[in-house]
Amino acid sequence: MFADYSMPELMSIFAMQGFAGLSLFSIFVLMALGLAIIFGQMGVINMAHGEFMILGAYTTYLTAGLFETVMPGLYGIYFFVAMFLAFIASALLGMLVEWLMIRHLYHRPLDTLLATWGLSLILQQAYRSVFGAREVGVSLPDWMMGSIAVTDLVEIPINGLIVMVLTLVIATLVYLLMFRSGWGRQVRAVVQNRPMAEAVGIDTGKVDRITFALGCGIAGVAGAAFTMIGSTGPTSGQLYIVDTFLVVVFGGAQSLLGTIASAFTISQAQSTMEFFLSGSMAKVLTLLVVVGILMLRPQGLFALKVRR
Amino acid sequence: MTRAKVTAPGLKRRLGWAGLLAWAALGLPGISVADDVNSTGLAVTEDTVKVGILHSITGTMAISETGSVQAEKLAIEQINAQGGVLGRKIEYIQEDGASDWPTFAEKARKLLVNDKVATVFGCWTSASRKAVLPVFEQYNGMLYYPTFYEGLEQSPNVIYTGQEATQQILASIDWVVKEKGAKTFYLLGSDYIWPRTSNKIARKHIEKKGLKVVGEEYYPLGHTQFNSVINKIKLRKPDVIFASVVGGSNVAFYKQLKAAGIDLTKEKPLLLTISVTEDEILGIGGENVEGAYASMKYFQSLENPNNEAFVKAFKERWGDDIVIGDVTQAAYLGPWLWKAAVEKAGSFDVDKIREVFPGIELKTAPEGYVRIHENHHLWSKARIGQAQKDGQYKVVYETEDLMEPDPFPEGYK
Repeated sequence: MFADYSMPELMSIFAMQGFAGLSLFSIFVLMALGLAIIFGQMGVINMAHGEFMILGAYTTYLTAGLFETVMPGLYGIYFFVAMFLAFIASALLGMLVEWLMIRHLYHRPLDTLLATWGLSLILQQAYRSVFGAREVGVSLPDWMMGSIAVTDLVEIPINGLIVMVLTLVIATLVYLLMFRSGWGRQVRAVVQNRPMAEAVGIDTGKVDRITFALGCGIAGVAGAAFTMIGSTGPTSGQLYIVDTFLVVVFGGAQSLLGTIASAFTISQAQSTMEFFLSGSMAKVLTLLVVVGILMLRPQGLFALKVRR
Repeated sequence: MTRAKVTAPGLKRRLGWAGLLAWAALGLPGISVADDVNSTGLAVTEDTVKVGILHSITGTMAISETGSVQAEKLAIEQINAQGGVLGRKIEYIQEDGASDWPTFAEKARKLLVNDKVATVFGCWTSASRKAVLPVFEQYNGMLYYPTFYEGLEQSPNVIYTGQEATQQILASIDWVVKEKGAKTFYLLGSDYIWPRTSNKIARKHIEKKGLKVVGEEYYPLGHTQFNSVINKIKLRKPDVIFASVVGGSNVAFYKQLKAAGIDLTKEKPLLLTISVTEDEILGIGGENVEGAYASMKYFQSLENPNNEAFVKAFKERWGDDIVIGDVTQAAYLGPWLWKAAVEKAGSFDVDKIREVFPGIELKTAPEGYVRIHENHHLWSKARIGQAQKDGQYKVVYETEDLMEPDPFPEGYK
């Protein structure tokens, strides 16, 4: 297996694969954080998560167009504006959806599953009507598409770095918000015991709405970031939804830390196996291992001990 | 099985004499109208003929199939403007396969049985074609299928207007070997029948020349992470990446390839694809795929009077910023080939048309000239284009002669 390669080549393989694994990890975390908040904290199975991501991607596409025509001078930094707008757009839509639909379906997980699946179909068709059935090309400033050559073989993609930094920033913000702020305390209180939280004066309806919006907003940012590495079309969201659920369920739905641990495990396993096996086999093996572990430990890697 | 045997007396008992008369009367118009041009009860009147268009306009395949629908409608409108087929205006009934293969079969049955269409233009993926095939064979319909595909099929009820695998692959490999001195190849594709068969054909051809395949790899449909395989490519240093990645994965692959520092314009390695048409470049972005070579039979930039007229008409009909890919052009051929065949046969009957198929030619095809082979595929030229930043291909090579379609190449029979 290694016989064909020289020592420096082997070192480069490990360096590059390590980086590939890390960048897959940050992508998984970015994808799954929003869902972990919605699914983990609120118990809502949001099948439309991918479509919220794609809303972020389309927002990026529109912002790129706007900057190109109106302020070409600032084109180099449009992406950061786009990410912010993507957050706003997805969060607003999330808020609307929560108000119209989700809040009537709490404690009916199977119904929310169906309803959000329907929502995902509606959104897909809406994108198709507005943006056309074809994929759109989101162009990026040149500096974002390049790579840093470390040695002849090892090249670090800049967009991979950006995703990593972004993931770190967002994960930190979510951590601060959930565990170090008054609002986060309220969210956790509602998760642990809703009637009691209500009794002490927490407006649980409002907490729900904002939590849902936050989850959707993060999905939007993820979608914006993924225009760097993936496609933007009406059904592109479907490409991510399976992996996202995989990460969240494997990690233990209610634990944000679990989500991160599971993203790390799955991404490292997958990218290592992808190198030695074929792409499809790597995927099969990853899924098998995850299913196997979930059979032994149905609550996922990290389980929150709460009174039901 | 007594219920299946509805004999004439049985019918009489069920319907009564009046009912039987009505039944016969209903059946009559189909027979009485122009017996010679339509003896099988198709939806043909004195001045109209109904045809079906069956593509996905919703679901994941809508991205790809939209262009085909537009091309087929344009061809039908142009034929009507010229007076129709055998003096009859074409009316189309459009059904949505919804990217779902059983739906394709169901809609095909609806078009053939309920609507009695004279012919159907449609399908895109091999899976959808395989799903409708039994329906077309059972009811003796005729399908015009536009996509380049893996071959290994030859139905009396399908005309394949795209390239089969050998037409697309053999000439392009010969070209990179001869013109670019390629010696080593890395085969990469999405994980389903078309890329796998194509790569099998490619590998055989490469190895027959005494050259080497240094890697062969497949990723699931919709895969978005290609870093590992890009690392492998960097390590094995092939002269050519032979890529047949499809759908949304394409975008991810080319963006990540560029981000990993592989500049396709340097041709080290050179990338040869059989799956990226101008349509796909819209999503990938011209700057990300610039320099790659594609092997197709048609590019929008082809310079000939037929194509210039076609591109102009297409843009007038569907908008200025639209692009036309290989499959769109092949879909455009469908209605025209059907018209030529019907006029030669002097009838809409599928059986009569089938007899006249071999040798039906189209001198007005945007790709230049095509002719139907006895095996229901088209004789056509193979071409290689190089992707430009503006999303168009520059044609760098075309075969001198038409390539013979060979859906069952040696070693696959």
